Amino acid sequence: MSDQIKDAIQEYATRLGDDSVVLGHRISEWVSYGPFLEEDIAYGNVSLDYIGRARMFYTYAAELANDGRDEDDFAYMRNDREYRNLLLMEMPKGDFAYSQVRQLFADVYYTLLLPELLQSKDETLSAIAAKAIKETKYHLRRSRDWVLRLGDGTEESHKRTQKAVDQLWGYTHELFDMDDTEQLLADEGIGVDVSKLRDAWLKMVSDILTEATLTVPEDSWAVRGGRTGYHTENLGHMLTEMQIVHRSHPGCKW
Amino acid sequence: MTPQEENFMRKIEAEEKIEPKDWMPEAYRKNLIRQISQHAHSEVIGMQPEGNWITRAPSLRRKAVLLSKVQDEAGHGLYLYSACETLGISRSEMIEQLQTGKAKYSSIFNYPTLTWADVGAIGWLVDGAAIVNQVSLQRTSYGPYSRGMIRICKEESFHQRQGYEAMLALAKGSPEQKAMAQDALNRFYWPALMMFGPHDSESAHSQKSMEWKIKRETNDDLRQKFVDQTVKQIEVLGLEHPDKNIKWNEERGHYDSSDLNWDEFWSVINGNGHCNRQRIEHHVAAHDEGEWVRDAISAYNEKKRAKKAQNAA
Repeated sequence: MSDQIKDAIQEYATRLGDDSVVLGHRISEWVSYGPFLEEDIAYGNVSLDYIGRARMFYTYAAELANDGRDEDDFAYMRNDREYRNLLLMEMPKGDFAYSQVRQLFADVYYTLLLPELLQSKDETLSAIAAKAIKETKYHLRRSRDWVLRLGDGTEESHKRTQKAVDQLWGYTHELFDMDDTEQLLADEGIGVDVSKLRDAWLKMVSDILTEATLTVPEDSWAVRGGRTGYHTENLGHMLTEMQIVHRSHPGCKW
Repeated sequence: MTPQEENFMRKIEAEEKIEPKDWMPEAYRKNLIRQISQHAHSEVIGMQPEGNWITRAPSLRRKAVLLSKVQDEAGHGLYLYSACETLGISRSEMIEQLQTGKAKYSSIFNYPTLTWADVGAIGWLVDGAAIVNQVSLQRTSYGPYSRGMIRICKEESFHQRQGYEAMLALAKGSPEQKAMAQDALNRFYWPALMMFGPHDSESAHSQKSMEWKIKRETNDDLRQKFVDQTVKQIEVLGLEHPDKNIKWNEERGHYDSSDLNWDEFWSVINGNGHCNRQRIEHHVAAHDEGEWVRDAISAYNEKKRAKKAQNAA
């Protein structure tokens, strides 16, 4: 493997790890705040799946970096400008509708992305995808059910859900952006060409939103920057909280 | 005694389980509802002090373990609410009793979790004390409660192990980590002992509960077991025992220990803990904020039902 490819895979694994840890963290904020006990459990489950994914991606990135760092160095010792997650993942938890709509957008995305990653020539990435596919199937069933119930529930739930769709829509465009690193890996059959997933995503999401009596927004705005470390103001606060104990005790084991 | 009462007591004597459809004295039913719902509420409120650290857990592994532990607690709350519902009370009634203060939860959760080490101390000491109690309750006379306890005990021992393991990492870590562990031990040791409830002589519900075999061992006996098992664990950690009077008593075959500060115990129960109000307010806020979600489900299901009926017609 050339150094260029190796570096690209490390960067790619880090990005996917960042997406997972940030979304997993946001979901974990719901534990003990759910609308009923069963939801606390479900949120715990989904969050655990994402934290698990983050650990696998980071461990792989650390292995490739081969500089003594481990998964926790990737999660806890990088600043927001170094994080490469998609902006959608870092948006605050918001109300229940907001979190479920974000989840639907992410779940449909992974439903399309993971089977492609499963085909990767890179065995580790493929193995992580194999595990994650099963989880995502359950995640999507849940977020889809919720969006249907909330969209087609009461006037209030409909209003809140539509608002969430409108507020989050502009953060979905960058899910399908490619840069040189990802293009290189896609050309090599290692990474996924996400630009090709956009139409399928739009179709799946639109069908669900329509069934939920919600309106699919016009593409009137798009915010981008997660993959270059140009984040919203939310991420800094999230990482401050997440990293405080780890960073207060440099070099310690937990 | 009526024939029904005689039959009931015969089953109790013979160690047969009482099942939901069996006749039972009203006071037995009430006593069980009080105990099981209090137990369920403790699981649910207990999610908060540990949940307080999910977003700050110092490693991804610890974060995952803590998440799965708190999730288990929600699951335990669910089994116990279900077990209690077999006695003719609904979950929403129980939640209302919790929120209005009519039903209690374990007072241990009125203590704040101030450092990461508190998460370890809770797993080790609080879950440890809970297990001592719950192992005993596996033999409780009410079938659904007994079966719930058997299931819960399996998961609780994982909780205690992870808590102890987290403490061990701190106790063997940097001087700051060790100090954090000692501080958590000092704060949680005494309240953990109080989890077993007042002395037998002052426990309002104990006598009848023992007679009916709802409780199988007395508060003081269970507490002694916990005191005994904890001494060695503290030694292994290399921490100082918070009780300066702890001493092996050869004759009794148990450790002697200091009297507990029962004034503090009652004071915290009666509302003077750091978190009494916060815990209930948190529960009420989450429940109230969830109302529109619950309403949405009802409305959605109603629409689907109406549509189905229309299609059938």
